[in-house]
Amino acid sequence: MSATGIGASVRRKEDFRFITGKGRYTDDINRHGQAHAFFIRSPHAHATINGIDASAARKMKGVLAVFTGDDLAADKVGGLICGWMIHSKDGSPMKAGAHPALAQGKVRYVGDHVAVVIADTYAIAREAAEKVVVDYDVLPAIVDTATAAATGAPVLHDVAPNNTVYDWKLGDKDATDAAFARAKHVTTLEIVNNRLAPNPMEPRAAVGEYDEGSESFTLYTTSQNPHVARLVLSAFIGIAPEHKLRVVAPDVGGGFGSKIFIYAEETICVWAAKKVRRPVKWTSDRTEAFLSDAHGRDHVTHAQLAMDETGKILGLRVKTTANLGAYLSTFSSAVPTYLYAPLLSGQYNIPAIYAEVDGVYTNTAPVDAYRGAGRPEATFVVERLMEVAAREIGRDPADFRRQNFVTQFPHQTPVIMCYDGGDYPQALDKALELADYANISKRKAESARKGLLRGIGISAYIEACGIAPSAAVGSLGAGVGLWESAEIRVNPVGTVEVLTGSHAHGQGHETTFAQLVSDRLGISIDNVAIIHGDTDKVQMGMGTYGSRSGAVGMSAIVKALDKIEAKAKKVAGHVLEASPDDIEFKDGKFSVKGTDKEIDFASLALQAYIAHKFSGQELEPGLKEGAFYDPTNFTFPAGVHICELEIDPQTGIVTIDKWTAVDDFGNLINPMIVEGQVHGGIAQGIGQALFEGVVYNKDGQLLTASYMDYQMPRAGDLLSYDIAVTNTPCPSNPLGIKGCGEAGAIAAPPAVVNALTDAVGHEDVPMPATPQVLWRAAQRAVLKAAAE
Amino acid sequence: MYEFAYHRPGSVAEAAKLAGDHTDGKLLAGGQTLLPTMKQRLAGPSDIIDLSRLDDLRGISVKDGVVTIKALTRHAAVATSAEVKAAIPALAELAGMIGDPAVRNKGTIGGSVANNDPAADYPSACLALGATITTNKRAIKADDFFQGMFETALEEGEIITSISFPVPEKANYQKFRNPASRYALVGVFVAKTAGHVRVAVTGAGASGVFRVRDFEAALEANFAPAALDGKSVSASGLNSDIHADAEYRAHLITVMAKRAVAAAG
Repeated sequence: MSATGIGASVRRKEDFRFITGKGRYTDDINRHGQAHAFFIRSPHAHATINGIDASAARKMKGVLAVFTGDDLAADKVGGLICGWMIHSKDGSPMKAGAHPALAQGKVRYVGDHVAVVIADTYAIAREAAEKVVVDYDVLPAIVDTATAAATGAPVLHDVAPNNTVYDWKLGDKDATDAAFARAKHVTTLEIVNNRLAPNPMEPRAAVGEYDEGSESFTLYTTSQNPHVARLVLSAFIGIAPEHKLRVVAPDVGGGFGSKIFIYAEETICVWAAKKVRRPVKWTSDRTEAFLSDAHGRDHVTHAQLAMDETGKILGLRVKTTANLGAYLSTFSSAVPTYLYAPLLSGQYNIPAIYAEVDGVYTNTAPVDAYRGAGRPEATFVVERLMEVAAREIGRDPADFRRQNFVTQFPHQTPVIMCYDGGDYPQALDKALELADYANISKRKAESARKGLLRGIGISAYIEACGIAPSAAVGSLGAGVGLWESAEIRVNPVGTVEVLTGSHAHGQGHETTFAQLVSDRLGISIDNVAIIHGDTDKVQMGMGTYGSRSGAVGMSAIVKALDKIEAKAKKVAGHVLEASPDDIEFKDGKFSVKGTDKEIDFASLALQAYIAHKFSGQELEPGLKEGAFYDPTNFTFPAGVHICELEIDPQTGIVTIDKWTAVDDFGNLINPMIVEGQVHGGIAQGIGQALFEGVVYNKDGQLLTASYMDYQMPRAGDLLSYDIAVTNTPCPSNPLGIKGCGEAGAIAAPPAVVNALTDAVGHEDVPMPATPQVLWRAAQRAVLKAAAE
Repeated sequence: MYEFAYHRPGSVAEAAKLAGDHTDGKLLAGGQTLLPTMKQRLAGPSDIIDLSRLDDLRGISVKDGVVTIKALTRHAAVATSAEVKAAIPALAELAGMIGDPAVRNKGTIGGSVANNDPAADYPSACLALGATITTNKRAIKADDFFQGMFETALEEGEIITSISFPVPEKANYQKFRNPASRYALVGVFVAKTAGHVRVAVTGAGASGVFRVRDFEAALEANFAPAALDGKSVSASGLNSDIHADAEYRAHLITVMAKRAVAAAG
């Protein structure tokens, strides 16, 4: 292994510019003559709009325009779309209500886009917005997930008369019913998976621009997938054809899923740039982000696990209601269906599974993918059930899991997925040892002596990453393929530019992708540039989400590198006067087998471009190759996390004492970056379990619209984690890598809640388990102890 | 932010005159509450009277058993003051618990006390230590100063110049933070001064900081945590929000008060 090759913890190449303030984010981009947009948002969760009077605002000095939904309709601008078709049990397509970028006649959540003011400065636009009078008739609102489809609930969209987008199923109901009929024990749980706000450090922003000469648009935007944004803005919203629309996603400060989607604000900025004949800029403030970024999670689930007399699992039954918010966001329909139910088998051999999922509209912000997207929700169901089932049948939770682990691969689950490899007992054993699980009762007794409640919780998670085989997702309703592209441009001096359809917004691709190229071509990592995020540079790509950039994006680079090597060997054959079949490539040198004739990579590149040693008719000059890689399967990272904590029953304050994470990500490119991803994921997972929760009141007002009320995890709330890995290389991609970006966020919540419920001795601990929640939960434990 | 006229007076008298002349104006000390509210357009004062040039309103002195802190003294200065740490360590600790380093290096004691945010820390210290708030016009006892949420005895054109704290025999402040904002969800300041005990609670009361006479009597008889066994504050009149309902706050007041007594020694 070289110092900068695959497997080396190379310091991130991009960090110097980030930590010295030299990054270039969308808000750093200012175009000549730029105007500013301010969005007028609905103060009501549900209302009809009788009229909008913008006459006073339009007269203000510095105001260029005020646009409403009528202006979009007049220009035939299409609505925002949901790109994944889900069918209900009866085969009917999902009921997608129209989602105009500016409201047309009705608003459906607090923060919904009503109108936009465009002015010389942000201050003028904001000032003018206060002079726009919107005449609302307020309607009753529904925000509650569980009762959104109940008779009498206010209806959001006429196309969905009971607020139900779809009622979907997966698995074999009869086989599952039969399994439950012969069960010795059934564990039942009611589970709420709390709604989260994504909170990337950089809020969303957009700059739209129109060039009259070329009749083309440019949109700078905070996107995880600029090519998908261009596709949607062109083909569905109708801003301009693709060759007349350039989308640039420059440095992006985190996304966690929330920047996958195509939003109203960026649509308006690029559309309005032509209307006002000036570039138009918008940057979200933090409260706008809380109101209008797509949220995550928000499930209500009834789940049952059936076991025989030995503790062997016979079946799993799940009924989930998923809150999709007021409109269907770009991929929202897929998250609680195909990204959720296929993971319900966990790491376990479960012969029969049946899942039903109802997606419902409510008067809340749209809900879509957020770090893990469906897989954290599935893991939470499975790992809570496993823990509670073990407790109910008097088994050690670790042994109970071990008894039911999948141990033979490939393993076809009853819910689509075919696990291609893994070693679940190995990760469990390693985690138990690192966590000193054997001595937990001593530590519990020690805490009890101090009047504190100690608990330990296990989470054995699996996720499906590296999304995804295009034909497979197409058969499930996806509107796109989920391959990735790469292009390798070798310059005449031997430096290399890699153009990738993956997008980096914190993941460190400029380092890891360069490590791969450096390793393969035997050139310095400093001679490799990674180019991404600009549709004028990279031809097409599918972007970054679902832990796919390594498994899919890097596999595309490998494929392009294969082509580069093949072409280079032909050039070398001419230069070294040998058959290409006799050329070997090793450590950056091409040589003729069995001789001392060789040429280094940089000299070979020059030969490819000067083309003096071969005829351009038999071999094309130049050294540039592209590839599209379509995966053959999902990848299946898995692992075991163990949380140990202590609760002060007097105050409800919890302290996480020890965190053990043993993850199998397959081969690692850069262990330091992987560890960073695990840290961040665990922080977000602990955040969901203990701190974070979006709260709307019953009228649909958002109570958690700033950091005064929405608690993000802070460094002081967390601890140093004990992190280890196991490695079963992924058999389905050339690098043997599985993906690591979401693991922590998937693994952590059930580990925390399993530890909390262990500490308090009952299962009634909702997320987020704030001090108030834990004080009440602990009082029951204290009263119970006193009674005994 | 809405437009406003900006003034930067050179003396307290000039500041008081400006404040009297512009009754829709606001005095700007550290700005840690005022400026965020203005940025969010929740406040739109006609005039801002910036006190930052009033250098004689800064400083700490200890004399004759009284710690006097001038109004524009920043929280960080109080938290790190050797004199305060020696005389009333609980007061320095309280100042060190306010906000974050950025807030502590801008925010001032006078600004905090004048604002009387129901979740601010300093009002509890003023009340428990029996402080005197001195203005350009008069001296006001803490018991008379705090008059409800964001309400004080300050009149138009009246500016706090300093706050004096008698040095107690024992004192401690226990703060249970709001998990999101880190303001006091419940903050309890317990002090024993010249044989008398005062217990002041911030963060919990719907009308701002208040004293708990029942606790004070019990602790005056026996200054020990056990003296508060079985004692509690009624939940009625306490705040309820998504972080803590009134019952939980009432419970925390007793817990924090006991911990303060234990820590005060």
